[in-house]
Amino acid sequence: MADGVKPRVKVPKSAAAGEVITIKTLISHPMESGQRKDKDGNVIPRSIIHRFTCDFNGENVVDVTLESAISTNPYIEFDAKVPEAGEFKFTWYDDDGSVYEDVKAIEIG
Amino acid sequence: MKFWAYTALAGALAIAHAPLASAEMAEDELVINDDIEIVTKAPAPAHLGAFDEIYSGWLFRSEDTRDVQRDDFDNPGMLGVESAMEAWDSVEGTAGKACSDCHGALEDGQMVGVRAVYPKWNENAGEVWTLEQTINTCRTERMGAEAWGLNSKDMTNMSALMSYESRGIPMNVAIDGPAQETWEKGKEIYYTRYGQLELACSNCHEDHYGDWIRADHLSQGQTNAFPSYRLKDAALVSIQNRFKGCIRDTRGVPFDIGSPEFTALELYVASRGNGLSVEGPSVRN
Repeated sequence: MADGVKPRVKVPKSAAAGEVITIKTLISHPMESGQRKDKDGNVIPRSIIHRFTCDFNGENVVDVTLESAISTNPYIEFDAKVPEAGEFKFTWYDDDGSVYEDVKAIEIG
Repeated sequence: MKFWAYTALAGALAIAHAPLASAEMAEDELVINDDIEIVTKAPAPAHLGAFDEIYSGWLFRSEDTRDVQRDDFDNPGMLGVESAMEAWDSVEGTAGKACSDCHGALEDGQMVGVRAVYPKWNENAGEVWTLEQTINTCRTERMGAEAWGLNSKDMTNMSALMSYESRGIPMNVAIDGPAQETWEKGKEIYYTRYGQLELACSNCHEDHYGDWIRADHLSQGQTNAFPSYRLKDAALVSIQNRFKGCIRDTRGVPFDIGSPEFTALELYVASRGNGLSVEGPSVRN
């Protein structure tokens, strides 16, 4: 597992029904591209977050494929419409098989 | 005809006399988290003859880069700050102490304002110390822990936390009294040309701020916003590491990080920014 991986998410605590909100996500991750070599000339194996998804009450909001040229600590911001109170679930998939998750509830008010 | 020709000439003169920087500097205000107001423009300190006004490097960055610094969630430098917050409460070394055992919890605010007065004269040592040197003395003398490398990730993160604690407070390093000799040495270094390109700090940051260099806008070279998260490095960069980069770019041989020369230069450059808010961890390209 890559060192120091920590997901973080910023979602408003409440929204009006049908409101479009901005969601910000950031995961600390080295995103080793697989294109660099160490001092001895050996390729440093790729180790990146290759997929990010966000679901709201079980329905998919975004599903992102990340490639090796994406920089350290990938930051993803997007808008989502909130039809009802519920829960956003965020999932990051690491090359090494690790899966990182975070959950944020939102109220209608 | 004569009248029109005259006004046209006057217009051309006015453009020629406009300060170099104005064309490329943003008219913008920085409020972080909709809460902390940052002074990015201030009257130049009395000792500085070169400018009337001093500017944070933030004003020389593009709109996108400036925006990243408005919200701590967006600012990747905060990852370093958060890691230093954990270190603050972690016991390390033979004395069984954490930073917080002497300096209190961060919420107590004992470190507020510390960054703004560094580098600072240390009476016991009889010399000017940077914040990093002071942190290391805490580690070796009080905690019985290993010293951190002055440019290591742990050190830069802790330095970023100290900036974070003082954000919004004006830089105010002392240049008189016992620090004066070091300050003068720093000033001499600032105006000395180094490297094959024979460039002094002043040749770029005083004579040409706002102009283009290496596909980028030169700033006044202020230190108030360090440590700075440089997007191209994807990491926090310390003040003296930036000095090293500048001298390298003149094709000179840089002084060492932590050397008396760089400490003197850091004090002098910090004094040129007295009045600008502490802004670190900042975001730059």
